[in-house]
Amino acid sequence: METLKLYLKGIELALQGVPMTVGVSLVAVLVGVMLGLVIALMRMSKHRVLSVPAMIYIEVVRGTPMLVQALVLAYGLPQLLRTVGIKFTWPYLLIPAVIVCGLNSAAYVAEIIRSGLQAVDKGQMEAARSLGMPHGMAMRLIIIPQAFKIVLPAFGNEFVTLIKETCVLSYVGVREILRRGALWNAATFNTFQAYIGVAIVYMMLTIPLSKLIGLLEKKMSTENTTSKKRRKSASERSLSGSLPLSVPEADAEGAVQTV
Amino acid sequence: MIEVKGLKKSFNGLEVLKGITETINDGEVVCVIGPSGSGKSTFLRCLNMLEEHTAGEVIIDGEVLSELNVNQVRKEMGMVFQSFNLFPHMTVLKNITVAPIKVGGLSEKEAEKKALELLERVGLSEKAEAYPRELSGGQQQRVAIARALAMNPRYMLFDEPTSALDPEMVGEVLEVMKGLAHSGMTLIVVTHEMGFASEVADRVMFMDGGYIVEQGTPDEIFANPKEERTRSFLSKVL
Repeated sequence: METLKLYLKGIELALQGVPMTVGVSLVAVLVGVMLGLVIALMRMSKHRVLSVPAMIYIEVVRGTPMLVQALVLAYGLPQLLRTVGIKFTWPYLLIPAVIVCGLNSAAYVAEIIRSGLQAVDKGQMEAARSLGMPHGMAMRLIIIPQAFKIVLPAFGNEFVTLIKETCVLSYVGVREILRRGALWNAATFNTFQAYIGVAIVYMMLTIPLSKLIGLLEKKMSTENTTSKKRRKSASERSLSGSLPLSVPEADAEGAVQTV
Repeated sequence: MIEVKGLKKSFNGLEVLKGITETINDGEVVCVIGPSGSGKSTFLRCLNMLEEHTAGEVIIDGEVLSELNVNQVRKEMGMVFQSFNLFPHMTVLKNITVAPIKVGGLSEKEAEKKALELLERVGLSEKAEAYPRELSGGQQQRVAIARALAMNPRYMLFDEPTSALDPEMVGEVLEVMKGLAHSGMTLIVVTHEMGFASEVADRVMFMDGGYIVEQGTPDEIFANPKEERTRSFLSKVL
């Protein structure tokens, strides 16, 4: 009975870190999506002044562990600034933590978006441009909406990944899930109960989220079929509209009478 | 008027257009025929700069086509693609109105009115709220034509508009195009539909190997081709 209580205590303490973990992940994924879109567009630009910095950014971020990035920004940067005579400390270590997660996520999201943009058929851009749209407008109205739909599930996966990755923030003192467990372990040496509680809480977040993303993915792939609602509204429109009904049979027989 | 002077185009060192000089007058219906790889689609795509030519110039209504005026020129020049290229995330109505609203500066109301007129013209009034994926190939292509017409272009470019269609749907698209031809619009049509070319074209161009090998009225080209290459091509397709 006593041991079970210890396990429950471990889970309970880890649960207290959930708002912090989810909050940081959410902010990070939002920053990641916005900044990632900019970086992806830069990366795909014809101009090297834009594409090269974006490429370097992606390589640096993806080529170094997030823990190292967090340590550099949270502790390294203030120390560096002090050596050049600027007194600087982070008022809250949460700030560099969120920044690191956001910047990190942006690099991954940028690559997701790039793959999404490249997955949109080339003819879409040509059609938009042939109608007189400038490149930026065609991107905004035609390409990006389609690309977002393609990569939405990947964004979901990125969010799940981020939830797990934010555990490295416990090393810079952010009191998220892992930190809660670690603190309890340090105080009581209930090591197994502490860390298994942490693991269970992570699973409580990631498994439902993954399932949700799976459902979303499924829904989007079936959206390609006609919904009844849409059909209905289409027929209502032509009935109530001022236009005379054209003959639907014309389609089947390949004869269009009025041009 | 479209004037093309010494137009050349290379892809990675491979020359696809080897110097084309040509004038297309207003109101003319020109059909471009020829074997695949002859450069006819590239020629067409150079006219609205979807392909950037490597040498020569394209002059539209006296203005040399360049990066600077390309968006302006494209408003005057509708294009219909082999693979339709409708915007899948928009309804048929939105497909047609997006450019007039965003590029042409029309109000939503004006654009929709115009779009519904055009849909009626191509016989698809009842499909305004449908999404492209709910339409047959022939219907999609007719919407694509309406979309291009919505910008009130003076010229229409057709890049093998029926090549991706099931045979039973070719007719409906050609009917719409015939209607356009008879309305006095300038059309340049790259096509394999010899029947359409001989019936509708004012002028037929035969392209091969990056050159315009021979051109003339449909009668001249189809009944009395002078060049051996034209004869050999026609004997294969007719």
